[in-house]
Amino acid sequence: MDLSSINPAVLIASLMVASVPIMLAAIGELVVEKAGVLNLGVEGMMIMGAICGFIVAVNTGSPVAGFLGGAAGGAVLSLVFALLTQVLLANQVASGLALTLFGVGLSSLMGQGFVGIRPPLTSAVDLGPLADIPVLGHILFRHDPMVYIAIAVVAGVWAVLRFTRAGLILRAVGESHEAAHALGYKVTRIRIMAILFGGAMAGLGGAYLSLIRVPQWTDGITAGAGWIALAIVVFASWQPWRVLIGAYLFGGISVLQLNLQVAKVPIPPEYLSMSPYLITILVLVIMSSGKGRKALNAPAALGQNFHASR
Amino acid sequence: MGLFMFRLEKRPSPSAFWQYATPVLAVLLTMVAGGALFALLGKNPVAAIRTIFWDPLFGEFAFYLRGQLLVKAGPLILIAVGLSLGFRAGIWNIGAEGQYIMGAIFGAGVALAVFPTENRLIFPVMIVAGAFGGWLWAMIPAVLKTRFNTNEILVSLMLVYVAQTVLSKAATGFLRNPQGMGFPGSRNFSSYPAARNVELFAGSGMHWGVVAAFIAVIAAYVLLQRHLLGFQIKLAGQAPRAARFAGVQPTRLVVMCMGISGALAGMAGMFEVAGPAGQISIDFASGYGFTAIIVAFLGRLNPIGILLAGLVMALTYVGGEMASTNLGLPSAAIQVFQGMLLFFLLGVDVLTNYRLRLTKGRAA
Repeated sequence: MDLSSINPAVLIASLMVASVPIMLAAIGELVVEKAGVLNLGVEGMMIMGAICGFIVAVNTGSPVAGFLGGAAGGAVLSLVFALLTQVLLANQVASGLALTLFGVGLSSLMGQGFVGIRPPLTSAVDLGPLADIPVLGHILFRHDPMVYIAIAVVAGVWAVLRFTRAGLILRAVGESHEAAHALGYKVTRIRIMAILFGGAMAGLGGAYLSLIRVPQWTDGITAGAGWIALAIVVFASWQPWRVLIGAYLFGGISVLQLNLQVAKVPIPPEYLSMSPYLITILVLVIMSSGKGRKALNAPAALGQNFHASR
Repeated sequence: MGLFMFRLEKRPSPSAFWQYATPVLAVLLTMVAGGALFALLGKNPVAAIRTIFWDPLFGEFAFYLRGQLLVKAGPLILIAVGLSLGFRAGIWNIGAEGQYIMGAIFGAGVALAVFPTENRLIFPVMIVAGAFGGWLWAMIPAVLKTRFNTNEILVSLMLVYVAQTVLSKAATGFLRNPQGMGFPGSRNFSSYPAARNVELFAGSGMHWGVVAAFIAVIAAYVLLQRHLLGFQIKLAGQAPRAARFAGVQPTRLVVMCMGISGALAGMAGMFEVAGPAGQISIDFASGYGFTAIIVAFLGRLNPIGILLAGLVMALTYVGGEMASTNLGLPSAAIQVFQGMLLFFLLGVDVLTNYRLRLTKGRAA
């Protein structure tokens, strides 16, 4: 065992990178759930984003186009979910599962010619003198643009939900779709737009996995990250800033367990690699125990379908 | 604009006709969409659909493939029957894959612990151990749900990933064949008669797991039609408020539904490892636990429906393998095909509860 090989600065820097995919997917899902829709298909949308982004980036040679392609891939799949649950009024839990089963299969089909290829490199943002600050520069200011974009998206969602009329309407739709409908808001249309945003963010997160974090295409690349993103929304009690904390927490755990494996800690690697999932369960238990759904701050109409009878 | 559009109008009660017709319609739509997908992949769609749906039943090698149908359908039906009970009551155990793995590890573990003892009791004990393993794994989300109100969907799913890690540890570590020259994988049950899940009639594909699946279908049918628990399950799903007034205890319902589905999934895993799979290996988990979710819905959460749905889904597995060897259709295409089926099923289900009305488009 050699714990001295773990450099805290490097650890925190890689934690910021590791948390990007789940942060993006979770903040997207938070908006969806704020609109009163439970989309359990995050894993499927993420993996579609991962393969679509990878294919576009490899074919165009441009990581930017890749990320756009990833977002589009996730959004297109989420459109299927929107059609099923908002237009055809299908059960949201079952439709979300269907999305994941379908997405995992389709991504594997699409990715067949792309195994073992390296995607074009995404370079770090040049933040000039900031990057030269000792320690802190390495931790905070030498990352690829997506690290900062993810944080900006969280901030943006927070601001929109808190300060704008659009955010208020979105929350109203999620709390009581009947009342929002009576006030003249287009519940279905608003929810479809939220679902598309959630799909695009999940796709973006997936593309980050295949283009930067891994970076290559393998079947089942997301390995449960979409489900962890769903858990983070619960952990965050549907508050954007807590998504940031949750994502860093889980990013930290996954980086730490890898580092511990490398440092040859006398814990079998299998048990270390199951730790993110076990800790997710633990966190869910702590968050939900004793307080019930109300204290958790879940949108009141979460998971209920809306059909305007008049 | 004079634009015509469809409007949904809620039916006073679900349509009896569409309840039966939607699964059939969904399968037909999937054949059309799947055919289009296969054409996109450069395969002859008609040949591909025929290879998947016709050849295993009536083609040249049907005598062998029909048996394979039961081999695939057995675990799917066994797991789906259990899941359907919970789904009806609004209890979402989606971690059957994990319970299936744990059942296999427990069942195999018991047998390997007493290897090479020959005793008639070994196989029955393995069945109990398999069911116990699956039950135990399902009790984790059940207890967390009832004690701490934790979401059972996320917990049961997280435990699939944990079970997969335990499986790889079992295959490379604590259940590895000591005479396997270091290769991963347990001893093979084909060379351990007392613990072997034998084919009951040569060439039929019928093994004890298939028998268990049939028993489960009948038991679930009786439970739902005749037993108080079955009534409570249906009531909790259709009218949760009424269920509370009728004295249904949510805690008991969660524990029962999760427990039954976990035990059946665990049993399915045990039958699989001792029979068709033959050994604990790293790639033992083949996704039956997830496909069973599709089977449960395709069967409309009804035991008899699930029996038929399991056979249809088995057809896509067996036919899909045929199409993969004969036509070079990628195996992932079959997974997409199965996913599509669930999409269409959920989509056309709208016809059961709503009527489509053609209306002049309003200025909206």
